[in-house]
Amino acid sequence: MTARLGLRLPGRTKKERKPLGPYGRVGKAVEELDERLGIAKGGKTFLDKIFPDHWSFMLGEIALYTFVILLATGVFLTLYYVPSSALTIYNGPYKPLDGQLVSQAFASTMDLSFTVRAGLLMRQMHHWACDIFVGAIVLHMARVFFTGAFRKPRELNWTIGITMLILSILNGFIGYSLPDDVISGTGIRIAYSILLSIPVVGSYLAFFLFGGNFPGTSIIPRFYVLHVLIIPAVLAGLLGAHLFLLVRQKHTQFPGPGKTERNVVGSPMYPVFMAKTTGFLFMISGVVALLATFFQVNPIWQFGQYRASIISYAVQPDWYMGWLDGALRVMPSWEFVGWGHTIPFNVFLPAIIFPGIIFNICYAWPAIERRYTKDNLLHNLLDRPRDRPKRTAAGAAMLGLLSTLFVASATDVLANFFKISLNTVLVSMRVLTVIVPVIAYFLTYKICKELQAVPGAGKRKVVNVVRMTEDGEYVATPVAPPQELADHELDAEPVPELIEEDAPVGAVAAAAAARGRPGNVGTSSVRTVPR
Amino acid sequence: MSDHPTEHGPSRTPVPMPTSASWSDPHMQPAARHPAFVERLIGFTFVVGLLSFCAFGAAYWQNWAPWALGLTLGAGMLFVGTGITAWGKYLMPRGPFVEERHVLQSSTQDVEAFTNALVERGATPVKRRKVLGGILGAGMGVFGIVLAFPLLRSLGPLPKNTLATTDWKAGSYLVDQSGNRISQYAYAVGSILTVFPEGWEDQDRGQAVDQTILVHLEAEGPIKGMPAGRSTWTPAGYVAYSKICTHAGCPVGLFERELGLLICPCHQSMFKLAEGAIPIFGPAPRPLPQLPLSIDADGYLYASAGYDQPVGPGYWERP
Repeated sequence: MTARLGLRLPGRTKKERKPLGPYGRVGKAVEELDERLGIAKGGKTFLDKIFPDHWSFMLGEIALYTFVILLATGVFLTLYYVPSSALTIYNGPYKPLDGQLVSQAFASTMDLSFTVRAGLLMRQMHHWACDIFVGAIVLHMARVFFTGAFRKPRELNWTIGITMLILSILNGFIGYSLPDDVISGTGIRIAYSILLSIPVVGSYLAFFLFGGNFPGTSIIPRFYVLHVLIIPAVLAGLLGAHLFLLVRQKHTQFPGPGKTERNVVGSPMYPVFMAKTTGFLFMISGVVALLATFFQVNPIWQFGQYRASIISYAVQPDWYMGWLDGALRVMPSWEFVGWGHTIPFNVFLPAIIFPGIIFNICYAWPAIERRYTKDNLLHNLLDRPRDRPKRTAAGAAMLGLLSTLFVASATDVLANFFKISLNTVLVSMRVLTVIVPVIAYFLTYKICKELQAVPGAGKRKVVNVVRMTEDGEYVATPVAPPQELADHELDAEPVPELIEEDAPVGAVAAAAAARGRPGNVGTSSVRTVPR
Repeated sequence: MSDHPTEHGPSRTPVPMPTSASWSDPHMQPAARHPAFVERLIGFTFVVGLLSFCAFGAAYWQNWAPWALGLTLGAGMLFVGTGITAWGKYLMPRGPFVEERHVLQSSTQDVEAFTNALVERGATPVKRRKVLGGILGAGMGVFGIVLAFPLLRSLGPLPKNTLATTDWKAGSYLVDQSGNRISQYAYAVGSILTVFPEGWEDQDRGQAVDQTILVHLEAEGPIKGMPAGRSTWTPAGYVAYSKICTHAGCPVGLFERELGLLICPCHQSMFKLAEGAIPIFGPAPRPLPQLPLSIDADGYLYASAGYDQPVGPGYWERP
């Protein structure tokens, strides 16, 4: 504009522009942003944030990244899925169902599987990611439990985590109800009966959720809105809170030389952890894609459209619902009838009260333990499970109970596979449900106590050289660890404030020389396991 | 443990002063013993990943089989991911690095100031005006209750008597899924089929509530062993029960012919057909309700009455 008018503003020639500093455009951008938002100080702290290295800390990352995959593939699915029970004629490439009367939900899922490009892959990835997601949450929770990471000050994050687990299980169930095939419809029917079983308000809850008597036409669109909007939004909010608390309270770490209650030792956020975790996101996505490619889940075309009077053999839910299905199966047929009312304890106890008790124990555990141990201190160093035998045994009992019920959800399949009577299988599962937790408790307690009694159990052994003397006697002499093991025994240092740019050429050679310098090799071992 | 936590004691692990480091500092060295070799390896994974992504693009464009899409996408992400992870693990500063944990707890003054503001500045002026607060509280309470109506009550009708009724009534003809009436001569002994009351066979409600399982159990009726008062319910050896399990509502669809049992595939409740469908095993608490049958002059089966009790699983209002 100014140039066209032939004007020239004073002091605005190109040559006089302030030169970029030593950090180039990045430096300029940081400066501009910092003037407005003050990002430099917090940003540096963020880049310096230390992440301790331990394989078990990756379990939470798996959950996080499968959630990312769920969101990405889920968005793809919403573009094609039609949440409607309205009936339509299926006309598609899958000939066995061609011309059949199906719901639009079922028809659109069929189209996703057969017609939409990469639709089947996305469906399968979504389902696989969900199965891995819930599994990773459970393992992550077990890690947090057995190492005592839930203790003060992290009780709130433990609570948020359990809430996310419950929501994930719920959303998984709702998600596999959406295709409206025989298996998922049967699941919805059981859920309806479970709601009905609640005393006093049960039938009202069921009618309000389903918009009337089962099945109605409201449940698919309502489940859809819960599945793609409400529950994911709550989950995302809780996830944000979970990560915020993690950053604010910093990671826990296992005890070791140089590691204290007041520091964190590990890799810095930038660039080391960022690279590792980004790579991990891609690796998990790759594994999910390969699982989705080569292992089929939920082939709805084999099941067909849901009709309330149609049922299939071996009706099993997704794995994370198995313990509830198992509880429904092993429960005796108790039903209270009197004073003009019925309370179906055979459904109400295993499907409502039992999971309620389980999750409430989980919620209350930090408080229970604090009451029992009178320990009100802040903890940042983790426990070894063996050092807390009662907690570890209690956790093993819980896992024992849930695993037994999980197995019990396959009574019919077990009976068929092993050619034994269904009655025998069921009665055995009832007995096992009671005794497995007890055995698991005492066995785990005993193992913990035994491990405590063995000094150095589980530690890396010192290398010994055994020689036979001339008299035939054997003599073992411990030898110093080889140089490449000693390489890693550096003392932890703070992340440097500034890195001086010395000649990167030959840096590797210089480093090799530096490694030999005794002054830089600490006595303590931070990484006990070398690469 | 040597450094067990103390609440906020003076003993604090000294963290060294901010430092500057050069690339020759051992902490800044790559963890790999042979970085050049690792570099080549990572380069290889990136190249394979790049090619896989190209192949995925081609597969998508050309609409290849789903397995080709999945293989190329999965392999691409796995290789690229492995490469990036290895880059971070082997070629970046090996550390270890340490940072201090900050005490999150505020100072006593800050806590006091905050609590004071909450209690004195915030609450006391409110406490002095109890009437105002009361009215506001009542208003909010009413608002909450009113809000519950659209959120809950409008979602569905009241159950009323719906759960206790079906569309079966005296004189309802039995029809199959396609709406054809059932002739007593059409089915051999040992046959089983799902039937509905005429006119309701193709509707959701009919499917869900009225579904009834009809079994030609014996050549001659009435069937012996049926509960008292049901001697006329099983003409010509036919017997009909509600197909909805009294446990969790699944269709009781498995027929064990030799033992004369109906089995629910969901949770394996077993019902004895010849004895009024009493549950002999599993979590079902009650027999399946029985539909009394009659045969008209042309040999077609019809219900001589509706169900005498609510079908399906138990609920609070069930008598």
